[in-house]
Amino acid sequence: MNQKEIPLNQLPVGAKASVTSLLSDGTTRRRMLDLGVIDGTQIESLYQSPSGNPVAYLIRGAVIALRSDVSAKIMVNA
Amino acid sequence: MGLSGASTGAGVLNCCDGLLRIEKETELDQVVALAGNPNVGKSTVFNNLTGMNQHTGNWPGKTVANAQGTYRYQGRNFILVDIPGTYSLMANSEEEEIARDFICFGNPDATVVVADATCLERNLNLVLQTMEISGHVILCVNLLDEARKKKIRIDLKLLSQKLGIPVVGTSARSGKGLNDLMETVMRLTRSDQKATPFPITYDEAVEKAIELLRPAVDHVLSGKLNSRWVSLKLLDGDESLLKSLKKYLGYDLLSFQDIVESLERARSLLAENSITGDLFRDRVVTRIIQNCEDICRGVIVCDKEKYAERDRKIDRILTSRATGIPIMLLLLLLIFWLTITGANYPSELIAAGLFWVEDRLTEFFILISAPAWIRGILIDGIYRTLAWVVSVMLPPMAIFFPLFTLLEDLGYLPRVAFNLDDFFRKAHAHGKQALTMCMGFGCNACGVIGCRIIDSPRERLIAILTNNFVPCNGRFPTLIAVITMFFAAAVSGPFQSAVSALTLTAVIVFGVFMTMIISKILSKTILKGMPSSFNLELPPYRRPQIGRVIVRSIFDRTLFVLQRAVVVAAPAGLVIWLLANIHVGGISLLAHCADFLDPFGRLIGMDGYILMAFILGFPANEIVVPIIIMSYMATGALTDYESLAQLHTLFVSHGWTWLTAVCVMLFSLMHWPCGTTCLTIHKETQSMKWTLLSFAIPTVTGIAVCFLVANSVRLLGLA
Repeated sequence: MNQKEIPLNQLPVGAKASVTSLLSDGTTRRRMLDLGVIDGTQIESLYQSPSGNPVAYLIRGAVIALRSDVSAKIMVNA
Repeated sequence: MGLSGASTGAGVLNCCDGLLRIEKETELDQVVALAGNPNVGKSTVFNNLTGMNQHTGNWPGKTVANAQGTYRYQGRNFILVDIPGTYSLMANSEEEEIARDFICFGNPDATVVVADATCLERNLNLVLQTMEISGHVILCVNLLDEARKKKIRIDLKLLSQKLGIPVVGTSARSGKGLNDLMETVMRLTRSDQKATPFPITYDEAVEKAIELLRPAVDHVLSGKLNSRWVSLKLLDGDESLLKSLKKYLGYDLLSFQDIVESLERARSLLAENSITGDLFRDRVVTRIIQNCEDICRGVIVCDKEKYAERDRKIDRILTSRATGIPIMLLLLLLIFWLTITGANYPSELIAAGLFWVEDRLTEFFILISAPAWIRGILIDGIYRTLAWVVSVMLPPMAIFFPLFTLLEDLGYLPRVAFNLDDFFRKAHAHGKQALTMCMGFGCNACGVIGCRIIDSPRERLIAILTNNFVPCNGRFPTLIAVITMFFAAAVSGPFQSAVSALTLTAVIVFGVFMTMIISKILSKTILKGMPSSFNLELPPYRRPQIGRVIVRSIFDRTLFVLQRAVVVAAPAGLVIWLLANIHVGGISLLAHCADFLDPFGRLIGMDGYILMAFILGFPANEIVVPIIIMSYMATGALTDYESLAQLHTLFVSHGWTWLTAVCVMLFSLMHWPCGTTCLTIHKETQSMKWTLLSFAIPTVTGIAVCFLVANSVRLLGLA
């Protein structure tokens, strides 16, 4: 696959992508792993909060809201 | 309940720093841990099995402390421990630590992992992790009814085969499958044979490292814990676990030369395969997740791709830029309107009833020619305060609480947190603070305990220190009474309650606004720091069990208020009566105190009696208004006041203006937390300093705001 890699927070609402790498570390990284965010996980951007941050994502059947500082560290292909 | 202090305590199990004590009635009692991801209905399972009434709500983190209860099945006692919901046992937060420590070191005879059928694959992560530790795991696939609605089918038999552990399907809300669950638990705890659970195999390098380390660990542990799992955690270097491990074992595994050497060898083996630092955990988690995917293949069938389309649509309306916040405010307004409108009639009815009883009591006392002071203490002091608390305070609380619970059960609160998160981020605070604030509406002490859902200690302290800016259920009636008397009267007819509701909403919004400001100030001063990252799960909407919620919470609230009335209001009535009737130098003690407080009270727009009432209301906010009434009546003509209109006259005759009313509302919103909340804060923070600060911050803020408002209005000549 020769697709462009972008951080998750730049994924437009309504689009789906799969995770290519996880850049965060420490607790944040562990939290993401707990939610099942690993390489290849499908994520769909569902909708924004009233101010545009955080954004709700569909991750493994659950709707999870992430602030942009977290989602910026999840790289996905788009 | 078998868990009371009176129980014989044949065996006492201690765990988690003594956070949890389990007292068995007999040696035969079985301890069953109830684990699971947040918001999968663990508490519902718990309540249904134990017949207890642990509060449930549709948002992750509702249960923050271990709760326990017992049930009997086929003549045996089972002690059920409801542990906080966690995504994994890799402990990223306090509640995850509590959960992990209990499963690991609490030695439950069985661990039931409750999983959400609508989101099973992710839930299996925790199941597999639990199976790594314990050989006595049962999977309870809950919310099957919802899964069915969403056209998700789950082959429980196949799942059980694949996992190698018993699997039970339940719909706990309607009680379906719970008998099965109890039967399965009994069978598992009775039989000695261990199940042959699904083995997670990791990458070759990880497996080799584990095998290198395991013999040394096995030797030291001598069967006490699962050595494979402990080895894995040693390799991982999970510090919080190592600490708990040390406490549990009473020694440090890393003080054994053998283990240290093997660990070094294992680590260098991993390093050769370039698995270092975070990568190790990545590998481990990735394998577990891949295993979950494998297991679910063929087990879960979704007939409809777009099964959650309805939830998405609702969410887009409830959280969009244009409508999210307005709808939130409207809902708040609606709830207040219903509360105020609904409370009027029962309030008057109860008041009429209770004061009728008062008259009869008085007649009785006169009949038996009891001394006047006894009649004074018992009727004018104790009974009347009680009557006021019950009639003025009870109806609004008994209406607001069920309504709020309905919203909570529906799953709306996480959406509130989602909508407000940006404000909290800008205040450098945690987004889940919105949830703890919502809990504060019910009771600030509960809100403070709820702050455990916030992992970062800095942000948790901010949430604790500011929780009191949300008026609790005990303060609502005060606000409502003042608003009804002084503001709603300005308009007539059906608009009265609408005006009251609007005013009340404005007061709440102001409280929320102050929360943000104070949070921001704290973040910039004594609790300096950047907002930590977090994630918030927005659970599927669930239809609340309306009838049940209403009956249950009206009943609960009524009991709660009545209990507080007896415990707090009655003694307060006694104190007030004594203060008003013991005279020193021709003036009552009450007047002495009030005179002393009066200059300061006036400075901030109130008077000495009001301030006195707030001070005496420290044990419980419910009694503030009754104390004001009592003190005014004690110093004025002693007539019966049975309606808010008559109260208005009483207050005005004591010099109240609209400015007094505003200042009372502001001060009610912002003053010291009640006694229970202070105690809770001390318990939660384990620090006198933070307890004092949580007392001082709202108080100073309230005094400052009241001072500013009162004196600007006076300067402008408006009142």
